[in-house]
Amino acid sequence: MLVFTLRRLNLFIFTMILLTLLSFSLSFLFPGDAVINISGAINATPTQLIKIKNSYQTDSNIFWQYIVYLEHIVKGNLGISMASQSDIGTEILSLLPATIELSLAALFVAMFIGIPLGFIAAIKHNKAADNIILSVSMLGYSIPVFWLGLLAILTFSITLGWFPSAGKISLLFEIELITGIQFIDILLSDSPYKWQAFSDATAHIILPAFVIAVAPATIFIRLARTSMIEVLETSYIKAANAKGLTFQQIIFRHAIRNSLIKIIRHVGLQFANLVTIAMVTEVIFSWPGIGRWLIESIYHRDYTAIQSGLLVLSCFIFVVHILTDFIYAALNPLARGK
Amino acid sequence: MNNLKLVLMTWLGALSLCSCNNESIVSLSEHSVIYCAEGSPETFNPQLVTSGTTIDATSNQLYDRLIAYKGKENKLIPALAKSWHVTRDGKKVTFYLRKDVAFHQTDYFTPSRFLTADDVMFSFNRILESQHPFHFVSGGSYPFFQNIGLRELIEDVEKINEYTVRFHLSHADSSFLANLATDFAIILSAEYAEQLTKQKIKANIDTHPIGTGPFKLKEYRVGSLIRFYRHEQYWREPAQIEQLVFDITPSNTGRLTKLLAKECDVTAYPIAHEKITQHKDLTLEAVTALNVGYFGFNVSKPPFDNKLVRQAISYAINKKVLLEAVYQGKAELANSLLPKTSWAFDENISEQEFNPILAKSLLEVAGYSQGFTMDLWAMPVQRPYNPNAITMAKLIQADLKNIGIKVVIVSYEWNAFLHRLQLGEHQSFLLGWSADHPDPDNFFSPMLSCSATHTGSNTTFWCNQEYDDIIQKALQTTNISLRKEYYSQAMNILAQEVPLIPIAHSKRYQARGNNVTGNILAPFGGINFYPVAKNGSLQKSIKIKTVSDDDSVIEDIDDNDIKIGEK
Repeated sequence: MLVFTLRRLNLFIFTMILLTLLSFSLSFLFPGDAVINISGAINATPTQLIKIKNSYQTDSNIFWQYIVYLEHIVKGNLGISMASQSDIGTEILSLLPATIELSLAALFVAMFIGIPLGFIAAIKHNKAADNIILSVSMLGYSIPVFWLGLLAILTFSITLGWFPSAGKISLLFEIELITGIQFIDILLSDSPYKWQAFSDATAHIILPAFVIAVAPATIFIRLARTSMIEVLETSYIKAANAKGLTFQQIIFRHAIRNSLIKIIRHVGLQFANLVTIAMVTEVIFSWPGIGRWLIESIYHRDYTAIQSGLLVLSCFIFVVHILTDFIYAALNPLARGK
Repeated sequence: MNNLKLVLMTWLGALSLCSCNNESIVSLSEHSVIYCAEGSPETFNPQLVTSGTTIDATSNQLYDRLIAYKGKENKLIPALAKSWHVTRDGKKVTFYLRKDVAFHQTDYFTPSRFLTADDVMFSFNRILESQHPFHFVSGGSYPFFQNIGLRELIEDVEKINEYTVRFHLSHADSSFLANLATDFAIILSAEYAEQLTKQKIKANIDTHPIGTGPFKLKEYRVGSLIRFYRHEQYWREPAQIEQLVFDITPSNTGRLTKLLAKECDVTAYPIAHEKITQHKDLTLEAVTALNVGYFGFNVSKPPFDNKLVRQAISYAINKKVLLEAVYQGKAELANSLLPKTSWAFDENISEQEFNPILAKSLLEVAGYSQGFTMDLWAMPVQRPYNPNAITMAKLIQADLKNIGIKVVIVSYEWNAFLHRLQLGEHQSFLLGWSADHPDPDNFFSPMLSCSATHTGSNTTFWCNQEYDDIIQKALQTTNISLRKEYYSQAMNILAQEVPLIPIAHSKRYQARGNNVTGNILAPFGGINFYPVAKNGSLQKSIKIKTVSDDDSVIEDIDDNDIKIGEK
């Protein structure tokens, strides 16, 4: 396990170096002055600019500049947004939890729908149920998310009026930002309308979470199906069958657990995919998360925000990957040696 | 797995708990109104801007003026001043203030006194005196007051006693009172300014507002929302709604969706009018606004320094097509600057003829028989006076192609657009004007006077001494028929000189749920949420408290003086 941890740590450090190198070089590749791109200080007076140049040591060689840039990042100084002139670090910290919240909700939805359906398809292998589930999953996988999102708004918010179409809570509720995760903040708040806010927030998250969940759910269906089929064909299942175990016993006691192991690995990989889908969905559902913020910065040509946003987002996804690797390794001793 | 079940059960439990709190659900949404606004305000002080979005969010919600307009005929009525008095020569205007006007109490300020003459002095001196400690806070630009030449008009503001203020004017100005009743002439708190000076955060006066209006600011999240609470000590009856939220939704479809999904109660500038009128829970309202959408020329740049070229273009544009395509027929054709609803409207001014042949011959006389290439700047946002400037620009492009002029359409982000216009980088542009008050001067002076070329509100840079003299004369008299005569002359000069081509007077639209009652829209100026209530909540008809006490000390008034507003 120690070797495994060291390896991951190694990978983490190298990837971080590559990521920061990329984001550092972006400031030179974007149009305009590199120092202004990196700091975001477009309205700086000449004296302020000299100060900023000193703090980034633009007179020294490029390698040293990069080291100074790393120092800035480690200190949490990601520059200020060119569009709003507010600190990017603070902005990201207030927005990232909303995206995590939405992505986690979507991930759970995708897992709860996708994995059982995949198992059913595998058990009914080559029968009608299998074919139906597979074709539906194919359909779900091919639908573009922005179109699905609009369709969901049109049907469920405008025509049926079941769910709200925008935001993460009705604006009437004043929930103080403590952790950034809305549901926890609501429970922590002392508002008299706490439970009402809670149900309102739940109603707000349902549509976007389901829309995001569609694509990963179809992947989970196929993963679960393949892994279940593989497991069902192994000799220990055959042995169990020969021993006279009932079908339920075989599936619940042996098959599900062993096939789940293989899926967990992919959950982490899917998370990256999910965050990408969430970014588009956030725009459609006006979800105040980092994806929407990043897309808006692209519109505003806010290079500092794009640069730092990309760095934080990719770093976050990478951390999630490593974490799932650890979980996988903890659950499956065979993987540790790899 | 068991843990997951536990989490799910708790969740469902939490959700079911809400059903026991049904009463509070009703109360919170019944006492609150969500308004889907089209943009963020630039500041919370209407003195500093002319932008409609900012006025909508601030003026009538947070502040009051000395006097106000009322009714269809736009009569001036008392507001913070319970009465006023103008001397015969029109040069001294005295206001007698109410004594029971409380300022907002918020997280950042607790007032210790009611409104006095000091607050009025502070609010006006900030604009008038360059050496005033607050004059240059937030840039020192007061566009509305600069346009109307308030600094030249007001010689002095004098405090007679705690509740009496007198304005000394350099000359009689018939639009002075009308200007004081606009959304811009708001009253700030001098006590709050003192506190901010001590704390050395003067700029907060415009970002953390304190006023006397029916709502106070609770929270502002840039680009996202503005939350107002009711001002409980409001000098009239407190507003009927407790909370007012501006949900800032710049996208047109976004606002429509939120309206249809009942996420907002009232929405600004709705699209898809038919869809809204078909919906049984929604109402579409419109007021014929005092505004004009126009096609303007930068007369400081060739070829538009030549009057003939401007006239030629005015003959070459088919305004009726523009009206159909851009306003969907929901606007009036503009023959002059003034809409029909203004009292100075002149019916004798005829409709501009559409005549490309005449246009071509005029171009030949001007020496442009080969035609030329020009820039046309189209505004990037939807405003009531021009719902789609880009489409309009394309139609004009097609019209002008027929007379050999090649049009290049240019557009910038809204703030950059306005800024570059003021710098005079353009050749021609599509823009408009929404009146701030019903006095016709509000169209003539700010849009086309010579002084307005310096303040940046006259972006045609057209400066005509004869025109300026006429609109000045119109201001110096109170005789309505004489004023009307002067304005007709001014409009005739415009028709000859064509610094701009008026295109349309549009209606301002707003959509709301049927459960929201009360007038929000006005034909001019910003929206007002004070009279608004939601069905189901206690219905009270708000009466405007008029003058009640009789303790004002009135000095040196001779009997012939005109007294208005007194009981």
